[in-house]
Amino acid sequence: MAKLPTPAELIQINYQMPSKGWMDLKAEMRPGYYVNAAAPKWMQMIDYPFPRAWNVADEDWQLPEDWKERVLQGMEDRLQRFRSLKLFFDICVRCGACADKCHFFLGTGDPKNMPVLRAELLRSVYRRYFKTAGKLLGELAGARDLTDDVIKEWFYYLYQCTICRRCSVFCPYGIDMAEMTILGRELLASVGINIDWALASVAQCYDKGSHIGATPQAFKDMVDFLAEENERITGITTPCPVNRKGAEILFVVPSGDYFADPGSYTFMGYLLLFKYLDLDFTMSTYAAEGGNFGWFISHEMGKRLNAKIYEEAKRLKVKWILGGECGHMWRVCNQYMPTWWGPIDFLEEPVSPITGTKFENAKVHKMVHISEFTADLFKHGKLKVDPQRNAHIKLTFHDSCNTSRGMGIFEEPRYIINQVLPEGHFFEMPPNTIREKTFCCGSSSGINANENMDIRMLGGLPRANAVKYVHEKYGVNHLGCICALDRATLPTLLQYWVPEVEITGITELVGNALVFDDEIERTTDLRDRPLAGFEEADEEEGAE
Amino acid sequence: MPEKNVAMALNDLLLQKKSDILDRWRDQVFASYAPETVRFLRSQKDRFANPIAYQLNRGLTGILEVFLEEAEAEQIMGHLDEVIRLKAIQEASPSRALAFLFLLKTIIREELAPQANDPAFAAELSELESRLDGLALLGFDVFMQRRERLHEVRVSEIKRKVGALLRRLGMGDEFFEEPSGEE
Ligand code: SF4
Ligand code: SF4
Repeated sequence: MAKLPTPAELIQINYQMPSKGWMDLKAEMRPGYYVNAAAPKWMQMIDYPFPRAWNVADEDWQLPEDWKERVLQGMEDRLQRFRSLKLFFDICVRCGACADKCHFFLGTGDPKNMPVLRAELLRSVYRRYFKTAGKLLGELAGARDLTDDVIKEWFYYLYQCTICRRCSVFCPYGIDMAEMTILGRELLASVGINIDWALASVAQCYDKGSHIGATPQAFKDMVDFLAEENERITGITTPCPVNRKGAEILFVVPSGDYFADPGSYTFMGYLLLFKYLDLDFTMSTYAAEGGNFGWFISHEMGKRLNAKIYEEAKRLKVKWILGGECGHMWRVCNQYMPTWWGPIDFLEEPVSPITGTKFENAKVHKMVHISEFTADLFKHGKLKVDPQRNAHIKLTFHDSCNTSRGMGIFEEPRYIINQVLPEGHFFEMPPNTIREKTFCCGSSSGINANENMDIRMLGGLPRANAVKYVHEKYGVNHLGCICALDRATLPTLLQYWVPEVEITGITELVGNALVFDDEIERTTDLRDRPLAGFEEADEEEGAE
Repeated sequence: MPEKNVAMALNDLLLQKKSDILDRWRDQVFASYAPETVRFLRSQKDRFANPIAYQLNRGLTGILEVFLEEAEAEQIMGHLDEVIRLKAIQEASPSRALAFLFLLKTIIREELAPQANDPAFAAELSELESRLDGLALLGFDVFMQRRERLHEVRVSEIKRKVGALLRRLGMGDEFFEEPSGEE
């Protein structure tokens, strides 16, 4: 009779190397670790190939008959189109410098989440079919056949990568796993393998204009509501023009900023700031979504969704574009948009109408990030603020991967923070967890779904661990960021690991602090929380 | 009161061996990861570069201190939670997630092997084992709390996703309130 296992046997204590190498260990599709397969209706809406109902847990993924040829052909095409891909495949010397730098490895302890191994998942197939040594020697040369188990493994691990590029900071050759992940996801999509969360957002954005599929009327209704909220709290009317032709600036934000909390408070901050400046701007119901989940699944889809921004800028005859606090929107707009659409001769080089500053860095794509815009205003002394209105906030700042590592925005948000917070209220997290070495939120790149919460919490552990440190050491109670996906996912992460800390956008803090001549007495912040010194009044009111 | 003295002696014995016990316990908990990972967990000393080791170490140390009566018993749930909040999402089953508590039992039994057959220690030994069992039972509570927490954060994320819209419609928290006996 078989014996019951001891605790040590239960957790399979590994005292030695496993007899099997990584290639032979089949990936186990663990619930809580993957996002569900995309529903056929989303795929049909955007003309994606092979729509069908299937489950990740199924043994048979119902791949098209010629799936193998398609994937290999796709790989070959991409090897020709992207010189970088071939380079990344060929030059890795397996030095291991990137191995322990990925937040998914640091949170799960799963070696296949080491970037070097994640790349190897694709590279081994490349060797087998595109390199002579691999063709001849197979596994001896680190090559392996493309089987449906390999496809499953790609799916599982390429969607446990958030395209954050932390690993590439440490690679002596600058090998960019993020690029490889996107290309790998494209190959999966070519045989009908997509994740529901990303495809739903993409399809709704394509069809209706925003990720959650809200109509233009709903958009207008929401921005008006947030303007009314501003008036209720500050006594200041902050109108939000929509589709106004001839405005100087087109303002684009991710939809999370007007539908979701706490992004909505950041949006209130934008409107207060623009009112303060009497800025000549408009928003657009057509370009109502700055976010771009398309880019998370393919370059082509990224381009399709992005088209709306320049189209609207052209139609509304604005001079330049201002972007709200968003991470991946920013990376897409800066790194891809001008390449996709060619010379943007219908817009002007952005110039701040308030300070006259030319944003030379935006000369090509004609789009400025709100943090650059606001930091410049402070630099020129154009904003009167009362930092005491943020005295209830002790802040640390999360560098979002896309704005920081992706685009080099490090100083602007910090500069603003120091203007709007009382002295001694800002605390940095440890150096190996911020700036270009920042840890990802663990939920970016289209995987912020509901069914994969376990992996999201593990991927975010390194970030949360550093937040916990400043919370325990300095009493930090807010984590600031300039990214809408962060505002969506970090509250969840911290509720699990460090529930004492809340998330805030930086323009929300600006909105709290801005002093208007004709404002009413401010006793609360934009979230209706009592300001320091007004806590009692709030309690009394509550008691009545 | 000879019995009391014996009890003191056993706990003192374990206290003397505390760092050995902790090292062995931590090593065994680490050893449940893949070999490449174990090497990393052992060698990287920076707490920010190695959050799993930090989190586990913090929890295991706390649990052992309460067990050896160096720290207050009230703190036990917090210490258990440090480990279990990680294990509850890292491991595929409750048995795997909570096995670490039972590893301690074996280690302590081995450390006290010379005393095991001495009748003078019998009462205290059995009391020690009972406390270890109690610890494991509390572990189940913490595990359940963590899985519930995961569910709660999921619900609250769905709510926040349209949070502004709900306020616009005049529907606050009550809209998503789950039926529950709690206040
Ligand atoms: S890009 Fe980010 S998530 Fe992907 S392997 Fe590198 S560190 Fe990990
Ligand atoms: S750091 Fe670069 S070269 Fe070294 S293993 Fe990683 S990807 Fe390869």
